[in-house]
Amino acid sequence: MQFKRRKARAAIGAMALALVLSACGGGSGSGGDSEYPIAENPEFASGSTPAKLADSGKITVGVKFDQPGLGFMPPGEDNPVGFDIEMAKIIAGQLGIAPSDIQWKETVSDNREPFLQNEVVDIVIASYSITEDRQKVVGQAGPYYVTGQQLLVREEDKDKITGPEDLKGVKVCSVTGSTSIETVTKEYGAEPVPFDTYSACVRQLQNGTVDAVTTDGAILLGYAAQSPDELEVVGPVFSEERYGVGYYKGDTEMCKFLTETINQSFENGSWKSAFESTLGESGIETPEPPTTDSCSQG
Amino acid sequence: MSSVLFEEPGPKTRARHRTWAVLGSIVILAFLALVILKLWTEGAITPDKWSFLTMPSILLGLFEALLSTLFAAAIAIVLSVVFGLIFAAGRLSRVAVIRWPSILVIEFFRAVPLLLLIFFIFLVYSDVLGALGSLVISLMLYNGSVLAEVFRAGILAVPKGQAEAGYAIGMNRGQVLRLIQLPQAIRTMLPAIISQCVVALKDTALGFTIAYPGFVREGELIFTSTLYNNPIAVGIVLAAVFIAINYSLSRLAVYLEGRQRAKMAGQQGMDQTASTTEATDANTGA
Amino acid sequence: MDEYLPELMRRLLDGFSMTLFLLGWSALFATIVGTMLAIFRVSPVPPLRAFGTSYVNIFRNTPLVVLFILAVEGLPTLGVAIPFEWFAVVTLSTYTSAFICEAIRSGINTVDPGQAEASRSVGMTFGQTLGQIVLPQASRAVIPPLTSVYIALAKNTAIAAAFGVVEATGQLSNLIRDFAPFIYPSFFAIAGGYILIVAVISGIASALERKLAVVR
Repeated sequence: MQFKRRKARAAIGAMALALVLSACGGGSGSGGDSEYPIAENPEFASGSTPAKLADSGKITVGVKFDQPGLGFMPPGEDNPVGFDIEMAKIIAGQLGIAPSDIQWKETVSDNREPFLQNEVVDIVIASYSITEDRQKVVGQAGPYYVTGQQLLVREEDKDKITGPEDLKGVKVCSVTGSTSIETVTKEYGAEPVPFDTYSACVRQLQNGTVDAVTTDGAILLGYAAQSPDELEVVGPVFSEERYGVGYYKGDTEMCKFLTETINQSFENGSWKSAFESTLGESGIETPEPPTTDSCSQG
Repeated sequence: MSSVLFEEPGPKTRARHRTWAVLGSIVILAFLALVILKLWTEGAITPDKWSFLTMPSILLGLFEALLSTLFAAAIAIVLSVVFGLIFAAGRLSRVAVIRWPSILVIEFFRAVPLLLLIFFIFLVYSDVLGALGSLVISLMLYNGSVLAEVFRAGILAVPKGQAEAGYAIGMNRGQVLRLIQLPQAIRTMLPAIISQCVVALKDTALGFTIAYPGFVREGELIFTSTLYNNPIAVGIVLAAVFIAINYSLSRLAVYLEGRQRAKMAGQQGMDQTASTTEATDANTGA
Repeated sequence: MDEYLPELMRRLLDGFSMTLFLLGWSALFATIVGTMLAIFRVSPVPPLRAFGTSYVNIFRNTPLVVLFILAVEGLPTLGVAIPFEWFAVVTLSTYTSAFICEAIRSGINTVDPGQAEASRSVGMTFGQTLGQIVLPQASRAVIPPLTSVYIALAKNTAIAAAFGVVEATGQLSNLIRDFAPFIYPSFFAIAGGYILIVAVISGIASALERKLAVVR
């Protein structure tokens, strides 16, 4: 995570925040040069969503504010950081929109579909797994990243807990009511410790009151990247989650644009640099980019 | 400081009380000192843990979040009062079809944990209500049901002659309730309503479990950041702000009740007023 | 449905046994601490009175959630590592004892001042007056306010669901995850459990009240 750059900007951020006090929850972007190409006067079929967005020069993106490495709003600042955020910048760039013109809107897991259905946001990039159930109500393009359930443990325990088989009787923390906590309890005999956020789980892990945290590897990597000397993601992936970009259901033009942009980012290196500057900070190697789905289903 | 429980002390008792006072102070101070020492040596309250209080942007964020919390609490209280009035009237109705459902609703929402209600409403209706709506509706159902009982007690406490006088001049039941009983009941119920405001404000803090961007959630964002990692310092700040607001509200309730008693009781009985009020808000405040 | 009902029963049993565990221990500790605080608050010794008053004003005005954060997030950073259900018991007891204190104090205030005056006039000390004359008479008046405190405590145990404890309220999320179509029955079943607990507490209270009424 780029603490130095953010610290230097904090003072400016404070002033900017004072000016936009009215923005509640989602702050408007402040300046900063994009590392990604910004298309000049991009061409889209007239009347399509990408064309409308490009014309307005603004885009509202639903992201997480509480997941380090993916989508995280550092306290007292007005721009989130993380891999999802970088992906949003890449996509905005292809619409000719600078990062400063992206409106960030916090979403939590439960309100991602409503935000898209009610057009509160234009797209959602928020560790948003592609599932059949969700595709009944929203569109999902991608995946731009594939992950799966893994374990996060303390550095000193990484030889003791190497995978789900070592979890019998071990206190494992995850979010209340999540599938991950059920899997480790039912199938591997772990003792469940439910909290309302992953951050709370990770703090308990660092405090020594639980011995592992489980959820999508990408989320765990974000925490490992925050404290690379203390925490380690271990073990095989024991489920598959494919993160996609949420858009309005049935908008095929938008889907095509998103898929194309994601594929392009795989090729021109911007996906790789996005990963390396965020999740990659935990020290893991940048994986091979996934293969995206076609847009036939809409 | 006088109390019926003990005499104006004589010299011997004074000496004994002094011993107790000294001993008690020593024990209490030693305990507090130990806690503070422990907090300090474990690095929980060292100056760096408070440094977030010098960041203007963080203070601003906390302030905004506090406003969101107060905003949610304010809406919830207004809705609760309306809900309470409707269901108190319903419960007092002579029509069984109105009375029984009202009783059912009031008793149900008073017995169910607020957090269960919040979880449920958020899980089922968050797509229409959002976090704020889910929180406010839950608070309304719970606090409204408590207030309904407060109102009902207040209305029943209005002397019977008042209602009878109303009927005598040809008012119907609704008019008597609205024009005669309620205005008098509300005045006497004001302290209890304010105490319920304290409860509602405290309960608004539960919004953090459904990610409502309120005061507690903002605090959580601060202490979870690796930059600060200071749950105790942040917790103390959060608690201090809530205590300041709620304590002022409680004082207001005591003051209002004191004024009312004074008005009603004339000169006598001043001694007892304060203590009874505190008893009332202990009941509703739990 | 065939799968739902047994699973519902299992989860209710699991959940409510933890809820009762939290309720029982917290009620015990809160009653002990709360009674002590009440004695402090009516005592003739100013520092004890001040301590009692500060305790009540601090903990009664702090949201329970903030206390939970201080305990569950804060205490481990001081090296306190106990199971989460005990963190919950500590937090609930600390909070509830402030209300117990006030309930008992309000009971003491209902005893006719003449009683205390009479005991003083026969030379009883503060301890004797309180222990032998006032508290026994206050015990009946104390039941209604204490009952509402215990009922509030039973409902407050639900907050532990957000702090690492698998109890009844937390089971709602589990049931919804596994049986999404049964969201209403799941909610009403859990709510019913709490209503039962509240009813039992009220029942015990009114039985006690009747019994003490006869003695009087």
